Amino acid sequence: MAQLFEFEKPIAELEHRISELQKFSADKGIDLSQEVDTLEKKVLLLKKEIYGNLEPWQKVQIARHSERPNFYDYAPLLFEDFIELKGDRLFADDHSIAGGIALFHGVPVTVVAQVKGKDTKENIKRNFGMPHPEGYRKAIRLMDQAEKFGRPILTFIDTPGAACDLGAEERGQGEAIARCLLAMSGYHVPVISTVIGEGGSGGALALGVCNVLLMLENSFYSVIAPESCASILWKDTTKAKEAAAALKFTAKDLLRLGVADELVREPQGGAHNNLHQTADELSEVISKYLVRLRSESPEVLRETRYQKLRKIGMFRESAEINLTKKLD
Amino acid sequence: MFKDIFRKTKYVTINSNQKQNRSSEVPRQEEAAIVSKKELPDGLWVKCPKCGEVLFNKNLDENGRVCTTCEHHFRISAQGRLALLVDENSFEEWDSELNTMDSLEFPGYEEKLLEAQQKSGVLEGVVTGRARIEGIPFVVAINEAGFMMGSMGSVVGEKIARAIERAIELRLPVVIFSTSGGARMQEGILSLYQMAKTSAALGKLAENHLLYISVLTDPTFGGVTASYASLGDIIISEPNALIGFTGPRIIKQTMRQELPTGAQTAEFNQEHGLIDLIVARTQMRPELARLLRYHQEGAEYGSTI
Repeated sequence: MAQLFEFEKPIAELEHRISELQKFSADKGIDLSQEVDTLEKKVLLLKKEIYGNLEPWQKVQIARHSERPNFYDYAPLLFEDFIELKGDRLFADDHSIAGGIALFHGVPVTVVAQVKGKDTKENIKRNFGMPHPEGYRKAIRLMDQAEKFGRPILTFIDTPGAACDLGAEERGQGEAIARCLLAMSGYHVPVISTVIGEGGSGGALALGVCNVLLMLENSFYSVIAPESCASILWKDTTKAKEAAAALKFTAKDLLRLGVADELVREPQGGAHNNLHQTADELSEVISKYLVRLRSESPEVLRETRYQKLRKIGMFRESAEINLTKKLD
Repeated sequence: MFKDIFRKTKYVTINSNQKQNRSSEVPRQEEAAIVSKKELPDGLWVKCPKCGEVLFNKNLDENGRVCTTCEHHFRISAQGRLALLVDENSFEEWDSELNTMDSLEFPGYEEKLLEAQQKSGVLEGVVTGRARIEGIPFVVAINEAGFMMGSMGSVVGEKIARAIERAIELRLPVVIFSTSGGARMQEGILSLYQMAKTSAALGKLAENHLLYISVLTDPTFGGVTASYASLGDIIISEPNALIGFTGPRIIKQTMRQELPTGAQTAEFNQEHGLIDLIVARTQMRPELARLLRYHQEGAEYGSTI
């Protein structure tokens, strides 16, 4: 049984009633097709109503769905040939970042992605998608090769955040992420980043310095996890729902804030409902931007990426205090 | 009334000749005013949180707010830092008018900003500009611990990026003093991308063969550690400063892992290969001058410095 969210229960109940009616009708030989028809229309409407108006917190739940497709699900559908390359040559191979070379619509590309596990065992192996410094250093190693061989870089963001244990501190988590930011800002090849699930803070940003930022419709990309934000703001992690709304981290918010470039549609209810359809949408949108970026010169690619970063942020050029609210 | 709070601050500076004397153990009378009135506690005495010694506030000021008994470094304001560091009347502030917007209409942010501005007497979490140390010109940025713990939102990121870009135009080295809790939550994704913005600007600086010295002070964490603070050609820290990516409380909460004593101190970070030098505040000025001198234009190998 697929993981079902609270907000999906009315849909499930209706669907259950339909199947009961159908069973009853078949058993007793009574024609109930009209009733079934009415209910099916009602389900369609309800789905449109619920899935068309998802709140930020509901999107968070979908983005974290246990069956949400991860990079390894998409890779065979997006690429003709994916060769995974491992290790940072310094310490270890990090299983929460996968990378390598692949053919995308016939074009050789370098791919780097964060990967969460699907079950407890895999999650332990992949540290719940929370990369250690060696993961980021592997990413840099592979992306540097993309620069060297003139291959476009495609990154896929899906992490609750960078690893936050003693080992990560000892091996310079901050430095590893900072180096990623620095390296990505300097490349002369196209860089397209796509948030496919959770975009958690600096650990996500490390793969997000790009010419084009795409976001799956139900993904989110935030400076802080909603639970931690709630804990800081209201000393109450159960207020994550409110924090999710305050942080303005959905794909639509990021488009409006000038951070994301395009939202990639997901099947109704989320990517887990139709992997192939999601992969097709992703493939199409990435390809559209890649064609565009590949026609630019290396210098232009680099400079436009720099200018894109330079424009992010909002401020005023006046020291005057004219806030709308006043302290008592 | 706010006008008064945000009036141009006069930076009290110290005669460079006096500070040049590295062996000087005795604090000088002239240094008495290095800390603005605002940050002086009301009392004449202050207890050192590390060794428990009760210190005469005036003596503490004279020693750059470094405990005269155990060398514990008290946090100081950006102004206090400038006064300790740069040549008299050499500081020219940049972008002092850059002001914050509540771009996400985040709950409580406006109140928090106003409170921080009133409490700290500054507009935002970083001061940038150019100055000289022992006559050597450089670009400087100093996080303001007293302003929402130096957290980085749009203004902090923009001011630092502009300062770096101007350093490239002027062909000057950059020194950034970090004190920060990280990216500022209340500006959401916009804060997060300031990490990328400042790092990218430092990439341009490096490409122009200009020196960047990162000085870490207590505390430096999160998005600041994971961006400009970690990208110095030379990384310095004040002794015993807490430096890391994830704060100790969060590590304890999420990993149920108790950090060993001394973890995340400057010394711990140096032992793990993440910091070049640990320099006491009282020695920062001559040490920076020494490093800057190595990198002055025309100071290439074989030429006379």
